[in-house]
Amino acid sequence: MTAVEDRATAAVKEGEGKNPKQSRLKPRDKYNKREAMAGYLFVAPWVIGFLVFTLGAMVYSLVISFSDYDLATDTAIPNGGANYAELFEDPRVMLALGNTLFYAIMAVPLEIAFALFLAMLLNRVGKGAGFFRTIYYLPKMTPSVAAASVFLLLLNGNFGAINRALAAIGIQGPQWLTDPNWVKPSIVLMTLWSVSGTMIIFLAALKNVPRDLYEVASLDGAGKVRQFFNITIPMISGTIFFNVLVLTIAALQVFDQAFLLFWRNQTNASPDASLFYAVYLFQQAFRSFNFGFAAAMAWLIFVIIMIITLIQVKFGNRFVYYEGDKR
Amino acid sequence: MSTNAPIGTSQATVDPRLQSVGIQEAGGKSPAAPGRPVRSVVGKAVLWVLLIGFAILFMYPFAWLLSASLKPRGEVFDNRLIPRTFHPQNYAEVWDKLPLLNWVGNSLLIAVLAAALVTLSSSIVAFGFAYFKFPGRDLLFGLVLASMMLPGAVTLIPVYLIWNNLGLVGTNIPLWGANLFGSAFYIFLQRQFFLGLPRELFEAARVDGASYWGLFWRIAAPLSIPSFIIVFIFEFQASWNNLQAPLIYLNFGSIEGFTVPLGISYAMTAFSPGNGGQGDYQWVMTAALLVTLPMLILFAFGQRYFIEGIATQGRKG
Repeated sequence: MTAVEDRATAAVKEGEGKNPKQSRLKPRDKYNKREAMAGYLFVAPWVIGFLVFTLGAMVYSLVISFSDYDLATDTAIPNGGANYAELFEDPRVMLALGNTLFYAIMAVPLEIAFALFLAMLLNRVGKGAGFFRTIYYLPKMTPSVAAASVFLLLLNGNFGAINRALAAIGIQGPQWLTDPNWVKPSIVLMTLWSVSGTMIIFLAALKNVPRDLYEVASLDGAGKVRQFFNITIPMISGTIFFNVLVLTIAALQVFDQAFLLFWRNQTNASPDASLFYAVYLFQQAFRSFNFGFAAAMAWLIFVIIMIITLIQVKFGNRFVYYEGDKR
Repeated sequence: MSTNAPIGTSQATVDPRLQSVGIQEAGGKSPAAPGRPVRSVVGKAVLWVLLIGFAILFMYPFAWLLSASLKPRGEVFDNRLIPRTFHPQNYAEVWDKLPLLNWVGNSLLIAVLAAALVTLSSSIVAFGFAYFKFPGRDLLFGLVLASMMLPGAVTLIPVYLIWNNLGLVGTNIPLWGANLFGSAFYIFLQRQFFLGLPRELFEAARVDGASYWGLFWRIAAPLSIPSFIIVFIFEFQASWNNLQAPLIYLNFGSIEGFTVPLGISYAMTAFSPGNGGQGDYQWVMTAALLVTLPMLILFAFGQRYFIEGIATQGRKG
């Protein structure tokens, strides 16, 4: 038997599942030295990048967050937890955090509902779906800066097209960009306009739902609404869960829209309601160069995102229906 | 999922979903294997009204932008979709009023470098994870997946300091340099693709004396052009649209060094209608339209790759 065949059979065996005899082998015997070496060389770029730009950067960030960092001299003087203490004394941190959480709570469910709704429309249409999918996807391709430059005018409270349209049906539109109550909804609106990435993921999931399930259900007399809640939702629950996780993490870090609509111009005063966490962090880091404070801010949002994600995973596992799961 | 199985170890155990990372499934020509066609006439009418209604809503900002870019200064904000006065001169003037050509050149250079480098590096790393067996491989791949969850904010400052210590802040290198080391999502995506290739192919090449690099470069890479295209266009788009990194690394010195998003953000302020009067916002509109067009064209040609790439994201959960 040649070495190649040997490896191939070994590989096939491993693929077949946990062979109890094999697992007793010492790891050294399982690997071909030359092959392992080559494997390490192939993944080396990522490992180096990870050590420098992720792990190293995280350690560095942690050190800075506990220091008074001076950019001009590149010195970090440890100051205990002063930056973290300051986080809780700075009302703008709490303001920004509150704004961001509020936005996420408003945006994520709307994005999920709207994207799923659009995906279901596309899934029903048969011929022509490709055309509409293209149209619906175009906003996702638009640079955020181009979108913002248009929405800045569409959302204008006095002459914007959105309020003109509302006026035409007798509704007095709000001052989207200056009224503190309407600042976040206006960013939600922009986000919903480019929700099509989520829509495509839903569409792919909907296509995987077996059609006979619906046929059986309608033979049993289940109406459209019941089919939706008892078949569609459970069958795509994994995808819903995934989208909720991803959209939440994205919403907690939203930067472009808030920055472009409200904080681009450093001299203009914008409503406090538009101060998002990522924007304030950016200002602290790269406008005021308070790197220690900004690093502490970054760790705070990191911990918050982790906690929220863990809670979602805990609850999500109860909600997600896993096919063939016999727990 | 089959994190433990090297390339094509046994076709039967490979998750069938992984094999669809190729292009066949969501191909552009046959976009929707129709779900459940609606049968009743009323149902059909409602469906089409909704579809067309949303299409109009989604397209309206584009139509507004196109029309505003063709209006003279005084009429930009009049919300008419057909300009009262056509003023196509905007498209000639904007190149003088804004260093748009420089911006496009900078953005193009950065986007091509970023996309090409990340495609190459990610696929090399992905092949390492897909084909070879070595101690700690699954742990490392777990780290790749975990690193996708890390909020960018945490590394924003230290990464800036790294580039600052190298004296590279103010150059465009920080905007593509880290792409030399691969990127987690693309590694994941390429690995899925490589796992779909039959292992016998590689074993046969080994018997014929191919080197490990040869396996990647001569066999895996040519077969993986579709996934290369997905990664390239995704990164190209991400780079072209990126606002925050240029804000951090390029937002000083001459405006000629800006990228397109940074430049337009600057122009939005410079030509802002906010401070009394209407500014010269028509040029912002023209510039915004000009920088959106390449993305729309990219989508027109690469639609199926975008759709496939996005759908793959949903499968990684």
